[in-house]
Amino acid sequence: MTDVTSDIRPARSQWADVWDQFKTHRGAVMGMGFFVFVCLLVAIGPYLWTLDPNFIDIRAKNQSPSMLHPLGTDQLGRDTFSQVLAGGRVSLLVGVVAMALSLLLGTFIGVLAGYFKRLDGALMRLTDLFLALPLLPLLLVMIMLFRDTLRAAFGPETGIFLLIVFAIGITSWMNTARIVRGDVLALKEQEFVLAAQSIGTPPYRMIMRHIIPNVMSPIMVSATLGIANAIITESALSFLGLGFPSDFPTWGRLLFDSTNFMTLNPERVIWPGLAISLTVLSVNYMGDGLRDALDPRIRGR
Amino acid sequence: MLDNTADAQKTPLVKVDNLKMYFPIYKGVFRRQVGEVKAVDDISFEIFEGETLGLVGESGCGKSSAGRAVLRLYDITDGSIVVNGHDISTSHGDNLRKLRPEMQMIFQDPQASLNPRMSVAAIIAEPLDEHQSLTKKARMERVFELMDAVGLSRDFAKRFPHEFSGGQRQRIGIARALALNPKFIVCDEPIAALDVSIQAQVVNLLEDLQDKLGLTYLFISHDLSMVRHLATRVAVMYLGKIVELAPRDLLYSDPQHPYTQALLSAVPEADPTVESSRTRIILEGDVPSPTNPPSGCNFSTRCPKVMDICKIDTPEFKQLKDGRHVACHLMK
Repeated sequence: MTDVTSDIRPARSQWADVWDQFKTHRGAVMGMGFFVFVCLLVAIGPYLWTLDPNFIDIRAKNQSPSMLHPLGTDQLGRDTFSQVLAGGRVSLLVGVVAMALSLLLGTFIGVLAGYFKRLDGALMRLTDLFLALPLLPLLLVMIMLFRDTLRAAFGPETGIFLLIVFAIGITSWMNTARIVRGDVLALKEQEFVLAAQSIGTPPYRMIMRHIIPNVMSPIMVSATLGIANAIITESALSFLGLGFPSDFPTWGRLLFDSTNFMTLNPERVIWPGLAISLTVLSVNYMGDGLRDALDPRIRGR
Repeated sequence: MLDNTADAQKTPLVKVDNLKMYFPIYKGVFRRQVGEVKAVDDISFEIFEGETLGLVGESGCGKSSAGRAVLRLYDITDGSIVVNGHDISTSHGDNLRKLRPEMQMIFQDPQASLNPRMSVAAIIAEPLDEHQSLTKKARMERVFELMDAVGLSRDFAKRFPHEFSGGQRQRIGIARALALNPKFIVCDEPIAALDVSIQAQVVNLLEDLQDKLGLTYLFISHDLSMVRHLATRVAVMYLGKIVELAPRDLLYSDPQHPYTQALLSAVPEADPTVESSRTRIILEGDVPSPTNPPSGCNFSTRCPKVMDICKIDTPEFKQLKDGRHVACHLMK
């Protein structure tokens, strides 16, 4: 302890450690690679593959894959590849934003219910109430009620996007809230929370410093499942004719539009289906790796 | 207490009067309160500046609850707690938070008392962040200073708790408790979860720190020999009540309360000749439930010297001639 400076190893930032651990999880790296690839594809793809997804070429309808249409065409002769690219933008955006919303809401309610005993009863009954609601009819009613006002305010596409994101977010936070509440209840009894209490840490910082970082793992798992759930719910809404307008492609919409033509050209169902499944899978793997990497106890093992 | 003239000049740093800590029990569909666990039932003691009060007793007698209640980690049921001239028994929120730096706690389980997601530096600096506004550099300097004080290499600052052994973790906990220069520290069985060899290290560290910084300890333990080594005075608890409170040597050489006698007779001796002649007082039966303590003296169900009055009257916690306090009908 003679020379202070030489004693201390160069401090590594925590995020460098997280990244090192993340890299050791092969599935997570592959998942992230694929997810980034899909994101880039739907973000940049439409500029490179310039065929308009809504351009109707009725003479080229129901074609199999060819050089001109790599994934074939639909019953109106629209290019499936450019439709998948355009649909991916919306589906991914809906998935991520709706997931973020439901996660935020679920974590907020779960932490409040778990940490403040006084709020627990009321918030958990609210959660039970939402869980007991039949979701699809509720979504339908919500969309029926608010679609036109939102359309008028934000335009047809943004309006419906906001509505769908909000509808999915507000009806899918309950599981996160329950899981988080359970974990918070267990954490609250740990001695380090008591230690922080004896230091005089006020509730807000107690939650941010001690509670939230320790419930990250269940939140990460919820997040990855949430993206999948949101993409699929959006598909279901589109199928019921209450999602995006019919000339506005999303992966779910494409999937359901093609079901009628499944016997004629089965690959039309396969493309958007494959896109949904692979994206969801890659996000799940990514979440798995991220959860491990964020836990200092696993890191470096 | 032994030397009344000397004590009269000293004022107690911590003064606890008739402290009661009852935990309610709720049952049934409507969560009605059906009873309460009398974890700490009317205890009083004083701790003078610079001394160590040992608090001993068997598992579940309310030692830890008493320690936590004294630091106001619980909302106490009744009684008063005065620490360094401030009555903290009814303080709340910000008022209580401002008094926190004067009193800190060292916990039993060094694994559980450190947040696994925080680095050592962040853990030790938490009290500094809460109560002082230091520059980043001054904060780090203070953290290094504390790590030196408890014998941790400065190298460890960026590591996480799971990378340390039990003894090192306990040192981190001690460094955190020292960060705000407290006067009074409650040590809640700080050595119970450690190896015997590490126990000695930690106890020596606690003693060194007491000498250097003039700390006052409430040392909670069930290890009677360790308490004998550390404490200036010792309080013995049974079922939520203090049964005997005496200067260390007096208590160990001449215990007065039948429970203290039984407790001390269970301590093994290192000397084999003494050990072979040691007579143990074996108590019959189990500790009664603290939800439903017996009438009269709490110890009356198991006391080898029980009398009729013990089952009716609760004995007063009174001072004897030699300065000790005992709660027993045998004492006149």
